[in-house]
Amino acid sequence: MVTGTSTDAHTPSAATPALHTHNLGCQRGGRLLFSRLNLAVQPGQAWWVRGPNGRGKTSLLRLLAGLSRPAEGHIDRGLPLVFMGHQHALKDDMSALEALQFLTRLHSEPSEDDALLQAMTRLGVAHRRKAMVRTLSQGQRRRVALSRLALPAAPRTWILDEPFDALDDEGVATLNTLIQQHCAGGGAAVFTSHQEVHMPGMHTLWLEAAGA
Amino acid sequence: MWSLIRRDWQLAARRRVEALLPLVFFIVAASLFPLGVGPEPQMLRTMAPGALWVCALLASLLSLTGLYGPDFADGSLEQFLLCGQSVPGLALAKAFAHWTIFGLPLVITAPLLGVMFDVKGPELATLTLGLLLGTPVLSLLGGVGAALTLGLRSGGMLIVLLVLPLAIPVLIFGAGAVTAVSAGISPDGHLSLLGALLLMTLLGAPWATGAALRIALD
Repeated sequence: MVTGTSTDAHTPSAATPALHTHNLGCQRGGRLLFSRLNLAVQPGQAWWVRGPNGRGKTSLLRLLAGLSRPAEGHIDRGLPLVFMGHQHALKDDMSALEALQFLTRLHSEPSEDDALLQAMTRLGVAHRRKAMVRTLSQGQRRRVALSRLALPAAPRTWILDEPFDALDDEGVATLNTLIQQHCAGGGAAVFTSHQEVHMPGMHTLWLEAAGA
Repeated sequence: MWSLIRRDWQLAARRRVEALLPLVFFIVAASLFPLGVGPEPQMLRTMAPGALWVCALLASLLSLTGLYGPDFADGSLEQFLLCGQSVPGLALAKAFAHWTIFGLPLVITAPLLGVMFDVKGPELATLTLGLLLGTPVLSLLGGVGAALTLGLRSGGMLIVLLVLPLAIPVLIFGAGAVTAVSAGISPDGHLSLLGALLLMTLLGAPWATGAALRIALD
């Protein structure tokens, strides 16, 4: 992996990668999934992590997010993180708006009703804001969770595990646009997807056999 | 942290039956003693502190599977660990919310049940005060147990087995305080020790819980 770090002292955000892994290795259940992974995600870049099942895509994302500790190597994080896993972290017994509001409060993100409604409108779930999360379909839950990404925020690194899962074509297009706008604004994104993703200027990381 | 406490209250209010079950267990279990042992007031008075404390202990353990289990299952826990706030602080907030939802009702109901055991004024006051000091300890210790057993298949039973031995000092000093009052001795010593236990768990348990949560999500 080419890191290509520039040394412009006046723009530290451009000089420091959003995410930089150094000789990262991951072991799961005694099996080495990958090792010596050097990945430099610069602000403005979107990375698609690909590979067959069981190659450690989710493990890599959890490592990047800081949920698990690497078996070897370390990670430098230049931007604050947003992590979205397989689960949506939305409570069944809360309304869509309440559940989203709790998450944004927890992360000290904008949590006024107006901002949240605007974000939910962007994802096309504003009309379901008062519905209990347990009554939402998988796709709608995903959209509510993704609404967090449509909130105004300083550049961050998005780490999204299968964000396109359960979304229809229109939802996929919306998320695509969101990611591109986010990267254009100086943010970065690392995501996995089993569906084909088309985004101009996107980088791809293939996780193959151990040691790749 | 405040938003986490408020959320837990809100969730409990929307699942009222679930939230009330431990309290109902406490009342039913404590009511079984007079039925099983017989109605002699002297006997009931003697066993009241122990019986009520054991029932309160078991009732608060009953609710522990719900402390972190649902948050673990739906991914909320990942967000807690990543939100940048101190994890022990969040564990403390969870324990506090748990105590207000499950522990406090036990403290409030205990004097009523005490009357059923023919416990008199000063003993009732000591019982309640002891529970007020002791039940938060159970919520804090329970947090450690609940965090340690996350993701295990028979987690529910294991929490009880993990936390019960740790809760023995609380039981001894809590019930001991009431027995001391009935024997005409000051309960201050027992209550001070309960207070000390509360301070110790307040300082230690949130960190242990935080570490256990990190391990559970690794």
